[in-house]
Amino acid sequence: MHIVVCLKQVLDPELPPRYFKIDPETNRPDDGVADMVMDSYAENALETAIQLRDKIGGATVTALCLGDEDSEDVLRRALSFTADRAVRVWEDEWENLDGQAVGHILARTIQSFGGADLVLTGYQASDIEEGLVGPVLAEELGIPCVTLASELAVEGSILKATCEAENGYQVIDVPSPAVFTIVSSEKNVPRLPKVKDIRLSRSKPIEELEADDLEIDAERCQPAVALRKVYVPDREVACEFLVGEDGPELASGLAGKLMELKVL
Amino acid sequence: MANVLIYANQQGGNLSSNAREALAFGSSLARSANGETAAVLIGPGAGTAAKEAIAFGAEKAYTIDSPLLAQYQVELYLDAISEAFEKSQSTILVLPFDRKGKDLIGRLATRSSASALTEVIDFKVEEGTVHYVRPIYGDKAYGEYTINRKKAVIGIRPKSHEPASRDENRTGDIIPLKIDLSEEVIVSTLAEKIESALSGVRLEDARIIVSGGRGLGGPEGFDELEALANVLGGAVGASRAACDAGWVPTSFQVGQTGAVVAPDLYIAVGISGASQHLSGITNAKTVVAINHDSEAPIFKRANLGVVADYMSVIPALTKALKKRMGVNTG
Ligand SMILES: Cc1cc2nc3c(=O)[nH]c(=O)nc-3n(C[C@H](O)[C@H](O)[C@H](O)COP(=O)(O)OP(=O)(O)OC[C@H]3O[C@@H](n4cnc5c(N)ncnc54)[C@H](O)[C@@H]3O)c2cc1C
Repeated sequence: MHIVVCLKQVLDPELPPRYFKIDPETNRPDDGVADMVMDSYAENALETAIQLRDKIGGATVTALCLGDEDSEDVLRRALSFTADRAVRVWEDEWENLDGQAVGHILARTIQSFGGADLVLTGYQASDIEEGLVGPVLAEELGIPCVTLASELAVEGSILKATCEAENGYQVIDVPSPAVFTIVSSEKNVPRLPKVKDIRLSRSKPIEELEADDLEIDAERCQPAVALRKVYVPDREVACEFLVGEDGPELASGLAGKLMELKVL
Repeated sequence: MANVLIYANQQGGNLSSNAREALAFGSSLARSANGETAAVLIGPGAGTAAKEAIAFGAEKAYTIDSPLLAQYQVELYLDAISEAFEKSQSTILVLPFDRKGKDLIGRLATRSSASALTEVIDFKVEEGTVHYVRPIYGDKAYGEYTINRKKAVIGIRPKSHEPASRDENRTGDIIPLKIDLSEEVIVSTLAEKIESALSGVRLEDARIIVSGGRGLGGPEGFDELEALANVLGGAVGASRAACDAGWVPTSFQVGQTGAVVAPDLYIAVGISGASQHLSGITNAKTVVAINHDSEAPIFKRANLGVVADYMSVIPALTKALKKRMGVNTG
């Protein structure tokens, strides 16, 4: 069983708002103080992939990243999670791709591998927040897609996904091959890689692919949307701080304020 | 000119509130683009829901009333909605980016060679071109997008719009669509449904919410919040950090990836105020923050702030409120 997990590198989403700035020239965040990290849902997807592989004899995990040289870090990290293979696909002119174009290129890349039995992506990248890559990928490959999955299991030829539902959870069965978009859960908390695996990951190869290696449709590779302007909205509220000597005094002051609100 | 088609989710002839939001957004978009607003309703009850969609602002409504569409089934819904998009000759399809929208939007766009945008909260027209506004970078920024393809599928972020209002006097054509749907397309099947056991008020509907974060230090802290929420008649919520730690179930999570809430009063306890959390409380009326770090970003969103260790404040607050409100139970 071949599991492909698609990984994206993003600006650290935990960067405190006061350090977050947009460069108006490029419409991109100023990455001066921020780290680039593996997207958190992608990391949940990677963890899910590795756990599943370890349960199934003979399964392999390919970590796939569409990104420039800097994003090798996420593939090294995937190797330290013990992914079997790492592939990076990139062209310099792909600077401004959107989720739909990325879905197309990833689909063609997976086809160049001879397909996959399971394709995992994060549900939504924490930078551009589209949530499109997984569903587009499935449509491009002509295979089923299950979104918001928090747990996966394989029963014979059936893939079982536990996913978020409108009011609770549901288990969806699909035949292989299929795409799953992964959300975080207590079952897929990313591991702390072993020191030995981190060391090994440094010497493993990262395969590189470019447009010429793939059968890409030039049309579908064009961004479907254009980002015209980015700005940080001003949402600051004037906060009234309560004063008091100790907890009980503050509590009593707050109780008084709350009673003044009409809601109680 | 751009004609807008709105997929309005219905159950037994009634429109969901997400559907009414999409109707409000879609009809104002159509007006700005000098186009027509149509709705598509699918499944049993579509006829009744079509009248509702017109009362809520659609100029005409398409119906696909097939028993195969009684339950949500992703492959059948994709076929039905993409056929309706085609047949209605609209250029923009609007859907709520809710649980179903997350399955459908990217795939519908791929099928129709359309551009797709999700989490849209607003639009504006500049020099004749529609710019769609959506939050990015965990709600730290807003981005304005234009469409590069002839058609577009637009997903509206739930709770970002005032739902359309009802007017009995509106009239419009109801057009039943004949679409060949076949069970053969079904590949994903629902094997099991696990409804979450809800005690008390649903977070989304609560008028008062007391939420706890990592600062509570453990699950015991939530007992204190529960006691306070009981006195206030509110619900308990949490940050992702508290849910990830396993202190409370994920159904408690408020934020971008949890519940989007709009209570009259939101009390954030031991929550730093990450943008992804604040994204879930954009429309909360009064926000109170209790945090021992006066620099915590939550104080930039809060109307009332208390800088203190929560343990020194919450039990005393519960007691003080009990006394003032004359509550003697709990
Ligand atoms: C893609 C993505 C999606 C996300 N979605 C969500 C989401 O939907 N909802 C969400 O909440 N988060 C979400 N997050 C996580 C978010 O970025 C933050 O990590 C999270 O909200 C932090 O939770 P917290 O405020 O409880 O913890 P922290 O940021 O650790 O804050 C704890 C706070 O408690 C205070 N504190 C500590 N001890 C005490 C005490 N004794 N008394 C009073 N105060 C105390 C501290 O000063 C601190 O401000 C998401 C992140 C990503 C990357």
